[in-house]
Formats: sequence, C-alpha cells, structure tokens
Amino acid sequence: MNVWKHKDLISLSGLSAEELWFLLEAAKAFKGLRGDRVNSVPTLQGKALVNFFVEPSTRTRISFELAALRLGANVINVSATMSSLQKGETLKDTALSLEALHADIIVLRHGSAGAAQLLAKYLRSSVINAGDGAHEHPTQGLLDGFTIWEKHGRLEDLRVAIVGDILFSRVARSNIHLLVKLGAKVTLVGPSTLVPREFEAMGVRITHRMEDILETTDVLNLLRIQYERQCREYFPSVKEYISLFGLTKQRAARLKSSCLVMHPGPVKRGIEVDSEVADGAKSVILEQVANGLAVRTAVLYACGGGSAEYRGKKSEDP
Amino acid sequence: MAWLSERLFSTPAVGDRQSIVEKSLKILNGHVIDPANGVDRVCPVYVKDGRIVSHEPNEAERIDANGLVVAPGLIDIHVHLREPGQSHKETIASGTRAAAAGGFTSVVCMPNTFPSVDNPSIVSWIQERARRTASVNVFCAGAITKGLMGQELAPIGSMAETGIVAITDDGFCVQNHGLMRRAIEYARMFGLPILDHCQDNSLVLGGVINEGEWSVRLGMQGWPSVGEELVVERDILLSELCRHPIHCQHISSAGSVRRIREAQKRKIPISGEVCPHHIFFTDERVAGFDTCFKTNPPIRSEKDIAAILEGISDGTLNILCSDHAPHASFEKEVEFDQAPFGITGLETEFSAFCDLLVHRKRIISLKRLIALYTLYPARLLHLDRGTLSPGAFADITLIDPNLEWTFHKQESLSMSHNTPFDNMTFCGRVVRTLVGGHTVWMLEDNETS
Repeated sequence: MNVWKHKDLISLSGLSAEELWFLLEAAKAFKGLRGDRVNSVPTLQGKALVNFFVEPSTRTRISFELAALRLGANVINVSATMSSLQKGETLKDTALSLEALHADIIVLRHGSAGAAQLLAKYLRSSVINAGDGAHEHPTQGLLDGFTIWEKHGRLEDLRVAIVGDILFSRVARSNIHLLVKLGAKVTLVGPSTLVPREFEAMGVRITHRMEDILETTDVLNLLRIQYERQCREYFPSVKEYISLFGLTKQRAARLKSSCLVMHPGPVKRGIEVDSEVADGAKSVILEQVANGLAVRTAVLYACGGGSAEYRGKKSEDP
Repeated sequence: MAWLSERLFSTPAVGDRQSIVEKSLKILNGHVIDPANGVDRVCPVYVKDGRIVSHEPNEAERIDANGLVVAPGLIDIHVHLREPGQSHKETIASGTRAAAAGGFTSVVCMPNTFPSVDNPSIVSWIQERARRTASVNVFCAGAITKGLMGQELAPIGSMAETGIVAITDDGFCVQNHGLMRRAIEYARMFGLPILDHCQDNSLVLGGVINEGEWSVRLGMQGWPSVGEELVVERDILLSELCRHPIHCQHISSAGSVRRIREAQKRKIPISGEVCPHHIFFTDERVAGFDTCFKTNPPIRSEKDIAAILEGISDGTLNILCSDHAPHASFEKEVEFDQAPFGITGLETEFSAFCDLLVHRKRIISLKRLIALYTLYPARLLHLDRGTLSPGAFADITLIDPNLEWTFHKQESLSMSHNTPFDNMTFCGRVVRTLVGGHTVWMLEDNETS
C-alpha cells in the first residue's frame, strides 16, 4: 500500500503515525542495502536536487547530497552567499528561479520558521525542510527516532529526555512530534527560560532538574546551546549552565547501562556533555550521523516518487 | 450577493465641494439611529447646502431608505493611508475610496509615513492632498516625538495650529516614561488627546506572534500580552497624574481590558479601541504561516477574545476601528518573521463587527454599534462629526443590517490586499455613503441600474 502521498516534507507535526513508520521502515531498508545495491534504486535518475542552504550546515547538507547521489540524482549546492538572496531577492523569487531551471527537489535550510512551507506553497517541485528557524528539522527528528528504534527495538513507552535549549530548537520540536506520536514518554529538561511550560501542550513533561531523570531515562538527547539565537538573557553563564544541565561524567555514571546518549551536533565538548561521555559506550552520536544518510535517502525516495514495488522489498539486517 | 454591484461615484474631492452648487436631499422611510441625539426611530433626514436641516427643503432629491438604517457617517480613528512616502501600498485617494466603501465618512490617518507627520508642513501636505483627492474627510494625527524616534518632542503646538486632532507615535511607543509624561502635559495645553500604541520594547522586540502555546509550537519569537499591559498601566498612571485623556490603541489582551476597566471606575480618563482581527481570530491561525495573520499587537487567545468582548459589552472599550495597514503583496509574500505587521480592514470592519457583535454574539445592539463608530470617536477627538443634529455636516451612512454578503479581496478598492477576511461572509453591510450630502459610494441593484 502506498502510504506516502506528500509532495513535500515540511514538518513531522502533520504526519500520521503510519506515515512516520513508513519513513522509518524505508530508512531501515536503505540502511540495509550496501552502497552498490542502493545505486540499483535510481529513483531520482535524471532528476535535479538543489541543496539550498541559507544557513550553514555540514552533516545535513552532505547527508542530503550523498543520499541524492545514491538515488541517481544530479545535485547542486547553493548557499546564501552564492544566491541572489544576498542581493535582496526574495526567497519566493529565488525559488521560482530554481524551479524555472527545472529543479525537481529543493532541500531548504533557512533561519525563518515557515520558510519551507512558503516555498512549498509556490512551487511544483518537492520541498524538503532541512531546518527552518526554530520550527522543525524533520529529517533530524526522523534520524533520532530511527536511532532509538534501532538500538532499543521499540519506541513505545521508552523514556526519552531532551535536555537543554528547547525553546530555540527545531530538533526538539521534530523529536517531540515523532516520539509522542509513536508512543514514547518525553521529558524536557532545561532552565525555565528555555523550557517554558507551554511545551506541555505538546504532550510532554517538563523538569528543570537533571537529577529528576538520570536514573530512569532510556535516552538522553542533548541539544546544543544556540548562542546565535539568544540575547544572553536566558541563563547567567556557561559555567552555571554546565553545573545545572551539563552531562558530566558524574551525572553520566548514574544513567542506566542501556541508556543512549544522543546529540544532533555539532557537539560543544565540555558544555552540553563531557568529552569522555561524548566518546563513551553509551554515546550513539556518530551512529546518528550515519543513520541520517539512510533517513534522508528514504525521504528523498518517498518525495521523489519511489515505486511502490520497491517499498515492499525486505531489508537486509540493519 | 450577485445581483448587487458596487459603485464609486466620481464626486468632487472633499475640499472642492464648497464650490459646487449643493443639492438638497430628503432621506425618507429610513430607520434613523443617531446615538448623539438619542434618536432611534423611523423619520426623515433632510439635507441642504451640505448640512443636516430640520425642515424639509424645497426641490430636494428623494432617497428612499425603506428597510435601511440611516446613521451619522461612520468614523475610523485609526487608519494608515501611507502617503507621503509609500504610495505603492496605498494613497490618500485609494485609501479613502476604500473607506467610503466601508461606510466611513471620516478617517484619522496615523503619522508613521515617510517622512513622518512630525511637523506642520507635512500636516499641511496631507490636508492639501486630501482636499484634492480624498473621497471622505481626512483628519491628521501628529507624532508625539520627532521622527517617531521616542527621543525629542515633536512641535506639537505648531501641528495643533495646523489642525491635527490627536498625537501618537503609532507603530512605535515612547519608551521613556518621563518624556511621555511631558508630552501628555504639553498636549493638554492644546486639548489634544493622546493615542498610544502600547508596547514595551524590552518585552516584545523580536516578537512576531502571541507568546503562548503557538509561539512555542511554531518556534517563533513570542510577543507577550504583558508587553502591552505594562504600557497600558503606565498610561493609566500618567493619565491620572496629568489629568488628561489617553486612548489605548488596538487593545488585544485580557489584562489590558481589566486594567482599563478598573481605571475607568476611578474616573481616570483612559479609553481603549478594538480592531476586528483581535476578536475574529486566534493565534492558532498563524500555524499556516500566512502573513495576513501577522499584526501588531498579535492576534491572541480565546481567553483574550472573551475579555475584549466583555469589554465591548460593558462599555470599557467604546471605540471600534480597523488599524487599516496596507502592504504590497511582494512585501507580505516573504518569510513570516520578515514580513511587515498589519492588515487592511476599512471595507470589512463594520460588517465584521455587525456580524459578530450584533447578530452572532448579540453582545450589543445596532444602535450601540453605531455609537462606537460615531458618538464616541467624535467625542474623544472633539470632531464636529458623528451626529445628525441640525446644522451638522451631512455625513451619512445607510446600512442594511441584514444583508448577507461575501468579501473578495480582489474587489477591494484599497491598493493592497493583505486581509485575513478574504472570502468571509458577513451579515450587515453599508449600502450608501454620503459626505457633505454627496454620495461617495453606493451598492447598486444590477437589475435596476
């Protein structure tokens, strides 16, 4: 059955549990295929994908590029400084130009919430949101969910703590939408200035003490402190932040042995997490990066019109 | 209604009408509602030489207003006409055409133009432009501070001599409380009321949506209610201190309504106004990132709407307005956080309020609705309008309170179409607008025209 009927992937908030599982299952299938086998699924053969990154990125952009290449697409990378946005052109006009040049899929990263939706409104091309301001980062949410599912074998009833700068985090929002919808129990942890109580409306619990969750959580997803989005008024100092919310060695020692330590990157060692913990046995940070490739391949496959026959194929071991 | 069409009359602009031989009018069979005189009955209205008269004039044109309400010309005290400086969004000509189509015979234009209305020459320029091009009366509000920068007082006295009716830094808010105090004290000397855009910058700067569940869900910077309420409270204190009226513009939050109500009980001359978008929509509508829902202050929650409705019902908020803020489509078709604040509203506001307040919620009567658009704004700004008293200017609005119609933004007479009311159906519509006895806009029956 063809579950996926969307031209775009803008957010996880609007997706059903069935659609989310479809993408996770597809990612599992793609991860199970080795590189040469993936090339035998040329869903995007002859199509052009534009990686349009108005904000800087390393892993997301490269991950999308590799995923597109694996599906046979031609890839063009465009940054803000390379585009006419620099000259004052509107996002809409820039995007219409890309479409006039026959871009089939546009992967957009942008600093404004809703930017991807704006593009999708005006374009016939598929638009994939690679992060829009503090709104959503759907492929990061999917890869985080995929990593947890892969490691724990389930999502339902798992206790997931998301720690840090929730207010300005698109990663947190996409994680929350996916995890809550697929049955996990999510707790947000961080200073009250960055974790306002309004988040409870999204079906999560909130605590402002790391100690409340250390012994019980199955997953600890640490977020980067986004200095560039803040006005230095959300907490007094980095030192105080570390003392209250940093995953130090001492705190990490209290985690369950099965607990996963995650981080969407880039990691600031010694702030959100001690270096030893980031490199420790519980850390799956690099596996998240690897899973990003599988997830983005699945997303491009779905939005690019992958065939229903392939979707029925069994995957090899993940 | 398909059988109706709109007709804008190519009448002389407001200022040129004195040179034209005035027709006499008899408006018969209409239900006259004139809150300033307590009139609420079927009776004739007579017009001679551009004024209301008490006796039937000879050789008068007859207007049959059977089934219609005859009201004093409606007044909107909060309008942005964008001239000078932004005539790609709106002009005095186009904005007042839209006003006429909305039933308005007088509008008060805000000073945040380019250059801003912070000296007598700009006031004179607007007055002259209005005299030559406007369909309805245009009254000017002057700036409180030079360039609306909140730093130095504008020449308020000189502008008062030129004919401004109020002062405001609308679009901005004077953050320096000491300077604001002096502005109020100084304006008092000229009898000029203060209109204030209540916004504490330290709490709201960067905000693009009401702070609450939806700002959190959408990841957008919140504009908290307290950012408005703090300045409303400031204005109450200063109004009490200076013993001078301050009118809080576009009230959006429950806390503001409560504070104004409590202050009015203590006889402090503070008042507030309401725009339709603040009671028609909640912040959930921003979920689609449609910039036609981006307003300042932002559209808020159900709780705020309930409080504003209560404030209208009990008389705490006694003026209605549009905050008509036109923007070109290319300016609004951008990322939500980069789009300008504001929506158009002159053509929909009366119908929207009539539909919601009179018909659906039954919070106020039609007579009260008309008072909120005539008696109270005229009283606040000392305008010689808003009444059908003999001797008054023959500014008259004819209303069909039960006419259902659907607004389509493509048909708008405004140069800009940034409205969230597109394709909405309302009950109640203005069908004819007369300024100084001249019809400036009329809805016609296609079959008979």
